[in-house]
Amino acid sequence: MLVFIVRRLMMLVSVLLGVVTLVFFLIHMIPGDPVDIMLGENALAADKEAMRQDLGLDQPLHLQYLSYLSGVVRGDLGTSLLSRQPVLKEIWSRFPASVELMAGAMFVALSLSIPLGILAAMKPRSLMDALAMLVSFLGAAIPSFWLGPLLILLFAIHLNWLPVNERGGLEHLILPAITLGTALAAILSRMIRSSLLEVLGEDYIRTARAKGLRERTVVLKHALRNALLPVMTIVGLQIGILLSGAIITEFIFDWPGLGTLLLQSIHTRNYPLVQGCILFIATVYVVVNLLTDIAYGWADPRVRLK
Amino acid sequence: MAVILLFVLGGIFAPWISPHDPYEISLQDQLASPSLSHPLGRDLNGSDILSRLLHGARISLSVGLLVVIFSGTIGTCVGLMSGYYGGWTDSVLMRIVDILLAFPGLLLAIALVAVLGPRTTNVILALTVMGWVSFARLVRGQVLSVKEREYVLAARSLGQSDAGIMRHHILPNVLSPVIVQATFSVAGVIVAEASLSFLGLGAPPGTPSWGSMLSDGKQVLMEAPHVSFFPGLAIMLVVLSINLLGDELRDLLDPRDVQKKHLI
Repeated sequence: MLVFIVRRLMMLVSVLLGVVTLVFFLIHMIPGDPVDIMLGENALAADKEAMRQDLGLDQPLHLQYLSYLSGVVRGDLGTSLLSRQPVLKEIWSRFPASVELMAGAMFVALSLSIPLGILAAMKPRSLMDALAMLVSFLGAAIPSFWLGPLLILLFAIHLNWLPVNERGGLEHLILPAITLGTALAAILSRMIRSSLLEVLGEDYIRTARAKGLRERTVVLKHALRNALLPVMTIVGLQIGILLSGAIITEFIFDWPGLGTLLLQSIHTRNYPLVQGCILFIATVYVVVNLLTDIAYGWADPRVRLK
Repeated sequence: MAVILLFVLGGIFAPWISPHDPYEISLQDQLASPSLSHPLGRDLNGSDILSRLLHGARISLSVGLLVVIFSGTIGTCVGLMSGYYGGWTDSVLMRIVDILLAFPGLLLAIALVAVLGPRTTNVILALTVMGWVSFARLVRGQVLSVKEREYVLAARSLGQSDAGIMRHHILPNVLSPVIVQATFSVAGVIVAEASLSFLGLGAPPGTPSWGSMLSDGKQVLMEAPHVSFFPGLAIMLVVLSINLLGDELRDLLDPRDVQKKHLI
């Protein structure tokens, strides 16, 4: 197990190094002079020079890279151009809102997909199955940037049941969480269905049935527990979908999370903050993947050998 | 299929069949509801939504196809080399793939368009950079199993060059999953392009792209829901139909999978 974790950690470090390198070069890919673009061409020469020094753009590329890298290792992602605050501080202040949104979406996804998957798997190729799979097919095809406005239109404007925009109590979270969670619910319900169908063919299920247990007990107690293990690891991997989907959902609902921070900083050309957000989101994603891997390796010894 | 045909033909012939000029601005008719002369209504600038939708299909279609052609070609070549040569080539290429995969979903495309500027060509570039990775992974996996077959060994013992073996013996045998993947990718790219435009990072403002139409619609959701409704519906229908087509193709190209699929 230890060897497995160490190997994964080494892979993590190399991937993160690559990510940092790529993000570093982003700012150098800006066509023309980045300082001109950030400050506008009519800015004073002295201001431009000050910013160039600030960003270290007056130094040779390899020195810039090394200082950026050492900054990242120390948790220093630079200074935001507008607020003059450390980038990491701004990111941290927005992170809880994003986590809240993702947790809400995950809750929506699980509470929709588990019943749908079970219903579909209990009677494969029945009307119920077809209906559940149709819902999941539609859920996967409906883009969040359409679902969000439709939900707002129905529940906030026409029915006036739920508030829209801004973060607040639980009622503020409902619509964004459904918007973000629907696609995931669609994917998961398919997975739960197929995983459950596979488990239902196992010998121990036949034994349970032969014992005369009720079908409900067989499915919920014996089959579901085993079927959910692979699904749970997929849930971990799907966090990436939530992380990037959150950018769009946050934009629709003016949710004050990392996604809106990233978009705002793109529109104000606040490149250190853009770099910081991208690096942060990618890091969260990679680390969550690693934890999922380790958890799976711990739960299923066969994985460690691969 | 009918939806796809409608989408493709609508996109190709948009300039000729559009009832109105998609760029026409008529502020006194702002947000007009659907009517006989403007069946889907008018948007914030008073432009005809149907005409913009048809021109938007052109953008979605061309971005979708170009990105899939570019990323499919690059990914297939990388996957072929990585799987065939193995060793260092494989390690280096797959490390690059790992790094790109560390960016969840659209993040890398958002980052690239953010620094390069919102232009359709940059969107194509960004989505290609993001898209080739999955093709490379897929092809590499296929090549690993195909290259051990006897006919590859036979070709090698006959002295055929590596490039020749890859082109004549390996490529044709790994192509069908690539075609299936490419079909699904077109739908993915259309949604990605629309997402970027929706976030204001796609085609420049004013361009009739489905994503930016939805973004405009979001501002006037209360007064004029039809502005958001139709482009969203168009995206969903096209994505649904392309996914169905992908499913069909998969069954058609890989008969072994059909049985498996029914089980799943």
